[in-house]
Amino acid sequence: MSDNRYDRLEAAKPMIECREVHKYYGDYHALRGIDLTIRAGEFFSLLGPSGCGKTTLLRTIAGFEDIDSGVVLIDGKHMEDVPANKRPTNMVFQSYAIFPHLTVAENVAFGLRRDPRTKAEKAQLVEEALAMVGLKGYGARAAHALSGGQRQRVALARALILKPKVLLLDEPLSALDRKMREQMQVELIKLQRQVGITFVLVTHDQEEALVMSDRIAVMFEGQIAQLDGPEALYARPATRRVANFIGVMNFLPANVVSETDGVVTVEVPGLGMVELPEKQISRANPDDDGPTIGFRPETMTIVPANQTHTQPRETNATIDEVVYYGDMTYYDLRLEGAEGPNGQKARPVRISMRNVFGRDVPEVGTRVRVAWSPGSLVLFR
Amino acid sequence: MAKASWDKEARQGLTLISPPFIYALLVLAAPILTILTYSFLTDGYLTVVRDFTWDNYIYAWTDPIVRMVMLRSLAVSALVTLVTVALAFPVAYYVSFMVRPERKSMWLFLITIPFWTSYLIRVFLWKVILGYNGVINSSLTGLGIIDEPLTFILYNVNSIVLTLAHAYAPFAILPIFIALEKIDRSLLEAGRDLGESKAMTFWRVTLPLAMPGVIAATMIVFIPTIGDYVTPELIGGGKIPMIANLIQVQMLALDDRPKGSALAVSAMLIVAVVCLIFLFLNRRFLKVRQ
Repeated sequence: MSDNRYDRLEAAKPMIECREVHKYYGDYHALRGIDLTIRAGEFFSLLGPSGCGKTTLLRTIAGFEDIDSGVVLIDGKHMEDVPANKRPTNMVFQSYAIFPHLTVAENVAFGLRRDPRTKAEKAQLVEEALAMVGLKGYGARAAHALSGGQRQRVALARALILKPKVLLLDEPLSALDRKMREQMQVELIKLQRQVGITFVLVTHDQEEALVMSDRIAVMFEGQIAQLDGPEALYARPATRRVANFIGVMNFLPANVVSETDGVVTVEVPGLGMVELPEKQISRANPDDDGPTIGFRPETMTIVPANQTHTQPRETNATIDEVVYYGDMTYYDLRLEGAEGPNGQKARPVRISMRNVFGRDVPEVGTRVRVAWSPGSLVLFR
Repeated sequence: MAKASWDKEARQGLTLISPPFIYALLVLAAPILTILTYSFLTDGYLTVVRDFTWDNYIYAWTDPIVRMVMLRSLAVSALVTLVTVALAFPVAYYVSFMVRPERKSMWLFLITIPFWTSYLIRVFLWKVILGYNGVINSSLTGLGIIDEPLTFILYNVNSIVLTLAHAYAPFAILPIFIALEKIDRSLLEAGRDLGESKAMTFWRVTLPLAMPGVIAATMIVFIPTIGDYVTPELIGGGKIPMIANLIQVQMLALDDRPKGSALAVSAMLIVAVVCLIFLFLNRRFLKVRQ
């Protein structure tokens, strides 16, 4: 994830290009004009809730779905009349699709049938592929004798042995338990760096996408809502919907007071007057709720009574709820000054703080000082 | 504690299975044991003498006519099985892969429609279709395609095979259909994804995974057809007897129950051995767990 890698990917040639891709299932408009360029060597994720079209898009790239209009290019070549078996892509299926009548080695060697190499050379390739995914010596096992994690590794080896230009992964980790999933995330990243193949991952798990990807396309209802790197996506979501889908974000209504040279001054009940530069403003806001300020839970902290804070702004608040998570605690706060016009209680905002040994967790009902920085706010308008 | 509760469960289980178990004992085990006993006894005139003998088996395994009929039965059954399974597979494949899910049960229902009439009536109907003055001959004569009715379409092995293949088609279609239904469709996509054409994916993925159904269909058709007695009698015109007809002649016409029993036991043994060899040859397909 170094700047080096980022620069290199920035300059890389496009590997997958989708132009105005439309797909219908009967009357249902599954893909609504997808425009997308995935660069060579990139770890790219398609992220969205179920039914958003991400799997359809992946299957379109793989050649399992015909599109109704638009263009898909892989490595500069039109894919219109290229069937799935002739495309330079391989797929890791959600169910892994391990052939139950074949051994692990036979599964991995499945795609090598027409490879001109000798039997011994192929066996060597299979051994190497199994070693790469950490399954050295599993070749003779029957497919049904494997655990979920092992099946996934076989599916990976079976695809990667063919040295595809693109590896497509359809929710590959969703069937694994949490520990295994986190382990496989790290292994997949390492594997991708090692083989240098373009990976396209479909997932509904925002955390997974953030951890693994160079860039992420967030999809809703057959359209790409935002395409960005993980940091940009998290820090400056394009819409409230994207913000809500990726992590937690607090929203407060804001009144625009003035706008000069791209700097917008807003008045936010509870936070006061804030000046926001261009880079903190998301103008594409189809939510149509009026101007809204958003901030992430971890950008606001409770200041211990006997300390001075390091962040520029400070507000008073009352603790409404405390949710203890072990390493973290979530607090729901009512900001002072955010009460409704008729004296209704302020809508609580959620903040999160890492628990530090020796520091007490404040109780519900305590009046506290909270510190925050205007630099962590996003204005949706 | 655990043992007591297991005992209770065991008692419940035994209570549940005992009625069908007793029934099976009466209608399956008892007749087979009777036949087995008869086959070692001596035939007296119109009666069975209780003297142990191997003669019946010596007859069953050395008589040239018996051997000829037994071999013919095996050949006809094998042919019927081949034809039936080969025709059933495409039908099962079509219903499983091409028919929309909500229409599948209707298709299965249509496939079982021939069972609405009795087996005997269906065999008679084939006789009506294939006979000297039957549907085919009168149509062809009426259309002026032939002058004389065709005689080679009834009273021969072909007509027996045709009739039996039709009668047993649903028995072959259903197990193959079930095996095809169990195949995870993503396996076929995986086959395509790994570079194989549709035909090769069928050969390397679909067919091996459908084999348990094909094997079941083969056995289900082969075992009863070898013992079929009505079709050779009616469609074969009694001129090409199969082993069941020979047993019937021994048992009833000649009233030689020991010889008839020995023939029946021998036929059962041969069918069992053939089936076991067939299963052994296909054992790798049966070990697959999906």
